[in-house]
Amino acid sequence: MASIEMRNIVKQYGDGFPAVNDVSLDIADGEFMILVGPSGCGKSTLLRMIVGLEDISSGDMVIGGKRVNDLAPRERNLSMVFQNYALYPHLTVFENIAFPLRLSKTDDAEVRRRVTEAADVLELHEHLERKPANLSGGQRQRVAMGRAIVRHAEAFLFDEPLSNLDAKLRGQMRTEISRLQRRLGITTVYVTHDQTEAMTLGDRVCVLRKGKIQQVASPRELYEQPVNLFVAGFIGSPPMNFLPARPEGNRLTTPFGPVELDQKRAAAVAGRDLLLVGIRPEYFEDASLVDEAKRPLGTLFRARVDVTEWLGDQQYAYIPYEAPAEITSQLRDLSRELDSEELRTQAIVSIDSTSRIREGREAEFWLDTRKVHVFDPTTGENLTRDAEAGARLTQMAEEDRAEQVQEAQAGMQGRHAGAA
Amino acid sequence: MSTKEKTWWYVGGVAIIIYALFPVAWIVSLSFKAPSDIANKGFLPTSPTGENYSTILTGTASDLFLPALRNSFGICLIATFISCVLSMFAAYAIARLDFPGKKLILGTALGVAIFPVISIVTPLFNLWRQIGLYDTWLGLIIPYLSLTLPISIWTMSAFFREIPWEMEQAAQVDGATTWQAFRKVIVPLAAPGVFTTAIIAFFIAWNDFAYGISLTSTSVARPVPAALGLFSGASQFEDPTGAIAAAAVIVTIPVVALVLLFQRRIVAGLTNGAVKG
Repeated sequence: MASIEMRNIVKQYGDGFPAVNDVSLDIADGEFMILVGPSGCGKSTLLRMIVGLEDISSGDMVIGGKRVNDLAPRERNLSMVFQNYALYPHLTVFENIAFPLRLSKTDDAEVRRRVTEAADVLELHEHLERKPANLSGGQRQRVAMGRAIVRHAEAFLFDEPLSNLDAKLRGQMRTEISRLQRRLGITTVYVTHDQTEAMTLGDRVCVLRKGKIQQVASPRELYEQPVNLFVAGFIGSPPMNFLPARPEGNRLTTPFGPVELDQKRAAAVAGRDLLLVGIRPEYFEDASLVDEAKRPLGTLFRARVDVTEWLGDQQYAYIPYEAPAEITSQLRDLSRELDSEELRTQAIVSIDSTSRIREGREAEFWLDTRKVHVFDPTTGENLTRDAEAGARLTQMAEEDRAEQVQEAQAGMQGRHAGAA
Repeated sequence: MSTKEKTWWYVGGVAIIIYALFPVAWIVSLSFKAPSDIANKGFLPTSPTGENYSTILTGTASDLFLPALRNSFGICLIATFISCVLSMFAAYAIARLDFPGKKLILGTALGVAIFPVISIVTPLFNLWRQIGLYDTWLGLIIPYLSLTLPISIWTMSAFFREIPWEMEQAAQVDGATTWQAFRKVIVPLAAPGVFTTAIIAFFIAWNDFAYGISLTSTSVARPVPAALGLFSGASQFEDPTGAIAAAAVIVTIPVVALVLLFQRRIVAGLTNGAVKG
C-alpha cells in the first residue's frame, strides 16, 4: 500500500495538445480517489500515467515515496481493471486470476491459496475452470477484479469498470467495489464519468476539465460548496439551474422574482452588474406543500410549468425562462462541455411527488434561498463559496472513512479469528 | 429465409461444388486408368487399376517422384516456418508501433507480392549458379520466402490489429515484460491467424512451378511440380498421363489434409470473450 503524489504532471501529445495540464494531486495511503469529468477531460490519460501505460511529458509521479516516471508498468506494482476487462480469453478463470502470480514465479501451492482466497472474496468458486467467453458481464467484471486483488499491489486503478454493465448490475458491483476497498484498505484511483459512482464511492473526488483540476474535495463539499460554474453544473443530477440575476442591494432580481441574500453573500457579490445564480432543483418546492415554519426562509414566485415528470418517489417540473443573450450562449457552451445539449433556457425543479401542479398551467413555487450560490458569468467563479464550511465537510468525510475502514478491518479479523 | 430462397441456395451451392470439384474427380478417375484405357471416352475407368500409383511410388518413376516429394515437403515446411516467424514479428511491429516508413514497408511487401515471378527467374538462375545456390534447398527456400513473406505479413498484421491493445497493457500491468506479454498473451490469441498464414504460405510454396523448374537440375532439390513435368511414358509413343494424374492426386492430399486439420482453428474466433460480450 502506498500514497500517490502527482506534482505538476503534464501530458502533451505530438501535436502540442495538453491532454493533462499541470495536475498536482496527493492521494493518501488507503484513500479512495475518484477522477471524474466529461469525456476528453484527461481523466483516463491521468490514470494511465499513474500505471505507466502513458509517458509523462513533465512533472513527477511519486508512488510510495519513490519517483516512478521512468519505471515500466510492471515495476510499479499497481493493479488495474480495464474498461473492457481485458481478460485473457485463452486462459481459464483460475489462470486469468493467477496470471500476475505466474509471472512473478510464485510457487504452485501459494498460487492456489491466493487465487482461492480471491475467488472467495468475489464468489467465483464455481467458475474457476471456465473460460471468460462463457461468463456473463458481471462475472467477467469480477474476474478482472480478482486479477487485480490477487497480487499485493501498492494501489488499485479502475478505468470506468462499470460502464459496460447494465444499470442493475452496476449498482451491485458498485457496492461490491466499495466494500472490497474498505476491507482491503488499499489506495484506489477510480476513473468514471458517472455521477452516482463518483458521489457514492469516493472519499474524495477530483473534478477535471480540459486536463486541469477544478476541485478536489469530498462529494458533499463538491455538491454544497462547488468552486465554480463547471463543478456546480457537473455534480448533481438533474443539474443545478443557472438563472441570470442582477444585484440590487441585498437581493438579486431573477426571472423567478427576487432572491434575498444574507449579509456575507451580499457583500461578496456587491458591485457587479450581471450574475448567475445557481439553484439546485431540490431547493424548489410546490408552494402549497411548504410548512409554515419553513416559508419565511425562502421566497415565493409564480411561473408557468412547461412539462412535469412524475417518477413515483419524486417529481420534476420544467419551467422555461427568458435570459439575456450573453447568458444564453454562456450556458449553452457550459452544457455542451458537460456532454449534454441544452436547447432552451429552462429550470428543472424538484417538487414533492404528491404535488398536483399541472403542465401548461401557472403555479406557485417556493424557493429556499439559504443555499443558493452566485457565480460570476464570465470567469465562472463561485462568489459565495464558503471555503471553511467546505473544508469542514471534507474533514467530516475523512473521519467517517477512518471509522469505516477500522470497522471493516476489525470485522474481517473477527471472521478470521472465528474461522480459526 | 423462405423455402424457395433456401432451395435456390442449395441449387447454387451444389452447382459451385460440381464446378470446383469436377476437375479433381476427373484427375482421380484418370489416375486409376491404365495407359491403354485413357482414351476410353468415358468418365470412369473401364477396369480400375493401381498401376499408375505403383509406377510412381515403387516403379520406374519413383526415382523421380519420391525425392521430389521429400524435397517439396522439406523446402516448403522450412520456408513456411521461417516466413511465419519473420512475419509474426514484422506484423506485430506494424500493427502496434508507430514508426516512420511503416506504409513504405507494407507498400513494398505488396509490390513484391505482385511482381511477376518469371521476370526474376533468369537473373536468379545466373546469380545462384555463381554463388553456388543453384540446385540446393536453400536456393529454393530464399525465393519462396519472397513469395510467402508479403502475403504473410499482410494477413498476420490484419490479425494482430484485431487483438485489443488492452490485452497487452493488462499483461504489462500484471508484471509482464514486453516479450512475456507477446509470448503469453498475443501469440496464443493470434494463433488462428498464425495457422491461417502458415497454410496460405505453405500452399504458395507448394504450388510453385517456375522457381522449381528453373533453379534445380537434379533430384537433390527438385520439387514435385517440376518433377511432374519431367515424367516420361513407358515408351516415347506413350503419354505419362496416368502417372502424372496419380502424382497430382498424391500431391493434393497434404493440402486437403492441412485444411481439414486446421479449419476449426482457423475459423475459431479465439478473441471471443476477451472483451465485453
